[in-house]
Amino acid sequence: MHLSPDGIIFWQHGFLKLNATIAFTWGLMFVLAVGSKLVTRKLSTGLERSRWQNLLEIVVTAINGQIAEVGLRQPEKYLGFLGTLFLFVAMASIFTIVPGYEPPTGSLSTTAALAVCVFVAVPLFGIEDRGLGGYLRAYLKPTVIMLPFNIISELSRTLALAVRLFGNMMSGTMILAILLTITPFIFPIAMSALGLLTGMVQAYIFFILATVYIAAATRTRKATPEAKAESKPEGKVEPKPKAKDGTKPKE
Amino acid sequence: MDSMTLIAIASIVTAGLTIALGSIGPALGEGRAVATALSSLAQQPDAATTITRTLFVGLAMIESIAIYCFVVSMILIFANPFWNHIIAHAAGK
Repeated sequence: MHLSPDGIIFWQHGFLKLNATIAFTWGLMFVLAVGSKLVTRKLSTGLERSRWQNLLEIVVTAINGQIAEVGLRQPEKYLGFLGTLFLFVAMASIFTIVPGYEPPTGSLSTTAALAVCVFVAVPLFGIEDRGLGGYLRAYLKPTVIMLPFNIISELSRTLALAVRLFGNMMSGTMILAILLTITPFIFPIAMSALGLLTGMVQAYIFFILATVYIAAATRTRKATPEAKAESKPEGKVEPKPKAKDGTKPKE
Repeated sequence: MDSMTLIAIASIVTAGLTIALGSIGPALGEGRAVATALSSLAQQPDAATTITRTLFVGLAMIESIAIYCFVVSMILIFANPFWNHIIAHAAGK
């Protein structure tokens, strides 16, 4: 019984290894890229659209809405990075339906790589939004004494992102492997359904946490009065119009 | 009792204790979180999506403590460096 798909090695030459993690990751990337390319070959803007285009539109609009709800002002700027995070982790979990497949996120290498991507992206987006000085000054908020704690929290939440996703995915596959040796038929199917659910929840958590970290790195400019005045009309959160008879309109 | 037996006993007992004690705290915390979320949902059903989303994020953060304990436990059972070292030592003799 192996701890992660890193143990299944297909080919080895010196210290170069082709293990199951790499193979499944590239397979996932291939399916996602080729699938999207095939669906978006002929996009239609009218009322008639293919159902795959409809599906993709739902997914993209939902992710966009979630990013805007967390408080990022122009969700389209971050949609590429954050949407890819969510879709990669979600697809990695969904494909456990296919027999013989193990999610590559069950390997600490993959989740560490994703967490490092977020670790690098947060300062990049923060500097792009607030300038280098403004971003670095945020580390001194609320007082200068908090500087080491801010840095430590930055590192520890990256580590937490990696280990959380790894632990959840690895525990799912491991429980399945253990149960298959004990009670072969119905119970492992129930556990694999549970594994699917936790996979989707963890994909959403990873995506939302990355969004919240980026929002925290870019947010302070919104708090100043003139920024608030100019951002209110263009922000997504408009004041809800109250109906004439005083009842609140439904969301 | 030679060192191989000692390492095996320590690893097994620690692995069991880690996951047993380590899941108590997060379970209690998650129970409280869900209870509070349910009562605030009852008070303000309009904010259901925000409350639900925040609840899930909070639950994931609490859950990660249990996940850390689980990872340590799994390492002790399946990727134990002390066990590997002592096994290699015994095999090499």
